[in-house]
Amino acid sequence: MAEGSKDQGGVGTTDPEEDSPNMIVYRKIEDIVTRIQDEKAGGVAIRTVKSFLSKIPSVVSGADIVQWLMKNLSIEDPAEAIHLGSLVAAHGYIFPISDHVLTLKDDGTLYRFQSPYFWPSNCWEPENTDYAIYLCKRTMQNKARLELADYEAENLARLQRAFARKWEFIFMQAEAQVKIDRKKDKAERKILDSQERAFWDVHRPVPGCVNTTEMDIRKCRREKNPHRVKKSVYGVPDDGQSQPSPVHISSQPTRKPTKEDVQKEITFLNTQLDRHCMKVSKVADSLMSYTEQFMEYDPFVAAIEPSNPWLSDDTAFWDLEASRDPSQQRVKKWGFSLEEALKDPAGRDQFLKFLESEFSSENLRFWLAVQDLKRRPLQEVASRAQEIWQEFLAEGAPSSINLDSHSYERTSQNLKDPGRYSYEDAQEHIFKLMKSDSYARFLRSNIYQDLLLARKKQPADTEQGRRTSLEKFTRSVGKSLTGKRLTGLMQSS
Amino acid sequence: MFYLDFLIVILCFKPFRCRSLPAQRKYMRSPLIPEMATQEVQLNETLAHLKTESETLKSKLEEERAKLHDVELHQVAEKVEGLGQFVMKTRRTLKGHGNKVLCMDWCKDKRRIVSSSQDGKVIVWDAFTTNKEHAVTMPCTWVMACAYAPSGCAVACGGLDNKCSVYPLSLDKNENLAAKKKSVAMHTNYLSACSFTNSDMQILTSSGDGTCALWDVESGQLLQSFHGHAADVLCLDLAPSETGNTFVSGGCDKKANVWDMRSGQCIQSFETHESDINSVRYYPSGDAFASGSDDATCRLYDLRADREVAIYSKESIIFGVSSVDFSLSGRLLFGGYNDYTINVWDVLKGTRVSILFGHENRVSTLRVSPDGTAFSTGSWDHTLRVCDDCYFFIGIKYNQNLCTFNFTPCAPDKPPLSLTATHLPKYSNLKKHIYRST
Repeated sequence: MAEGSKDQGGVGTTDPEEDSPNMIVYRKIEDIVTRIQDEKAGGVAIRTVKSFLSKIPSVVSGADIVQWLMKNLSIEDPAEAIHLGSLVAAHGYIFPISDHVLTLKDDGTLYRFQSPYFWPSNCWEPENTDYAIYLCKRTMQNKARLELADYEAENLARLQRAFARKWEFIFMQAEAQVKIDRKKDKAERKILDSQERAFWDVHRPVPGCVNTTEMDIRKCRREKNPHRVKKSVYGVPDDGQSQPSPVHISSQPTRKPTKEDVQKEITFLNTQLDRHCMKVSKVADSLMSYTEQFMEYDPFVAAIEPSNPWLSDDTAFWDLEASRDPSQQRVKKWGFSLEEALKDPAGRDQFLKFLESEFSSENLRFWLAVQDLKRRPLQEVASRAQEIWQEFLAEGAPSSINLDSHSYERTSQNLKDPGRYSYEDAQEHIFKLMKSDSYARFLRSNIYQDLLLARKKQPADTEQGRRTSLEKFTRSVGKSLTGKRLTGLMQSS
Repeated sequence: MFYLDFLIVILCFKPFRCRSLPAQRKYMRSPLIPEMATQEVQLNETLAHLKTESETLKSKLEEERAKLHDVELHQVAEKVEGLGQFVMKTRRTLKGHGNKVLCMDWCKDKRRIVSSSQDGKVIVWDAFTTNKEHAVTMPCTWVMACAYAPSGCAVACGGLDNKCSVYPLSLDKNENLAAKKKSVAMHTNYLSACSFTNSDMQILTSSGDGTCALWDVESGQLLQSFHGHAADVLCLDLAPSETGNTFVSGGCDKKANVWDMRSGQCIQSFETHESDINSVRYYPSGDAFASGSDDATCRLYDLRADREVAIYSKESIIFGVSSVDFSLSGRLLFGGYNDYTINVWDVLKGTRVSILFGHENRVSTLRVSPDGTAFSTGSWDHTLRVCDDCYFFIGIKYNQNLCTFNFTPCAPDKPPLSLTATHLPKYSNLKKHIYRST
């Protein structure tokens, strides 16, 4: 049973399917499992444990495995180590010797390692005939500890009905397997039996347990065995009636690059070489300052007024955001950049209002019209583009905007075949204009400053005084509570 | 026709700059033009030349870029204040799907969610109340992509049917949504991701056929297609800029490509992952993007430096990342993993600040809500969860008004970082009814 040779590629062949996502994970787990078993290199001690009248060969305690994981994979939290260990078990690499449920416990529960023959990386997809043989075989081995669990008995009954016609064949196969097993050494049999059971716990899991053999359908076709040729666990020849796995979809192998592809790549690489890039230090500073600026608006990092709706079940925060009466904090954001101001509908309105007061709103209205153009359905694009031209750019247009001659030329050329990107150049030019000119003035304007400083104009010293003492109180409450984060409700009447 | 082909061969026969000839090349093997046979042999040799040239350019590019890599992001970020302890909690659990949840998206109203699953069902929820508002059954299984329209009036979805369909959402709950279904996108393999652009009128899709495409919803017409990935494209994200016209895609060829939507050209490409890229998401400023891959790492790529600037990984994390998203400021990166957990990373410092357990099977999709107040995850365990930071939250009831205080997360030995209050009550009454929720 411990035939270790894999028939898919010998050692050293570069099999592209080896890099499939599942294989990557399996190899990592296999590396971990191999290291755990390597006692000389700091692995756990695998020993025989005496139990009542018998010996339990080749086991390890759950606690030992957890300890090893914490020490060797730099895990600080035991919960994380238990979780990882449980996943290793769920995939069938370790298993508890007296439970069908494959999880890791941080105590004296005994575990055994799976034989490489049964490793998931061998792409097993065992048929129900094999499972039937296995369950049948179990019923023949009259040992209390190998008795079928309830769900196994149900499975067996179901299979007996399904395979009624060929049950005799299955029975014979089971008998043959029992004969083979009887020839083996007692201790060895214990180990092999448990490994076989663990194998089936992975492929026919206890109801309610996760079936870790389920695949992401997008990754299936690159599996080592994409056609899922069935290999029988018990050497039963495939009778040709097995269906191809339903998860198999028509394979589309990675396209080999053609000359055209390489040509394109060369052009692309040349363009990249000509690109002017920033230093990482500059880029890092930029990322940091952006984050810094927005952290006070980030509900995961800073408190939001009045409360996070998901926490307090109160939608006040959303109601405030929807209102056209913006908070100071929100108004402050408009000052970060023109983009931020335009992103917020209230900001857009206020900026427009300011421009109208200066009789220079045509720039913003043009910009907004072009944004709208890009969002139109295809059939409306041409006519809308013409309308924009008439309104903003034509001779004697009602809302004439100032474009440099170059952009003007480009745009009128584009309009010969109007599309949603006809005004890109013009829009970019106008945006830069607004940013350098009107936006700066907007930030200095009364309209903006009034909104920004609104709250500071609030009267009432008495209210201030109350707030201060309130703050003091809650601060002291806060201090005394920080030490007791996880205590329950407290009430004082 | 034949004459023209002959002409093309003559014009193209320049070493190192030959365009590959179409299948008509076969016609060249006519006895009338015996030289063509040897020319073909020479053309084949130039493929090897081209590949060498490409490799040389790649090395040169790497050399140039490396010169600009003068410091690591986490080194520069040493001067930034640390974030302290984070505890995340599940605030809502949405149950109702009968099989693996594969994809979800938020509505712009910050509370509604659309989700799709392996059993073909697409459900629209009001996540705040956990009510199901709409449900559609698709004609195929494995609905791997779904998206909410910006107006909130429609949803798009698709999967093994190779299509992307748009369903307008009706206010009448009894109306059969499937009747108004509109088929928009057609690919030659499964639909892996879809997203509306800034309007309900265009949809961007990515597919297992290796391409992305931009479609006009009303007419179903293909506006632009994007070729360049050498294998399935698994994910995409649109640049957050109001004026931007770019998007990023990630695929099974381990590449993340940035595309110009106007021209269909790939403008930047990044290849440092060791396996499939399952998810890409722009940093809020649009200057960078993060990716999550089956190689168990998340990475940050900056567009201005044209380079990977950070890797988020740990020795103990060995399962692939299925989806990533940033918090509103870009300080936090949330990753949903195939080991059923969610890891939260400090983007600047590169460290993990929190791990969240709770799902009982793979996390397949993760999105932060539009205003950043929460994030939602979907899992193979058939549920969706909406999760949040665990603040100190003390509510003080005064008469009937609820006065709430929010404390920002902080280390146990430090005082709370900030404090806000509404409905200020009289000090003397504060001691009544103090309760706390975490």
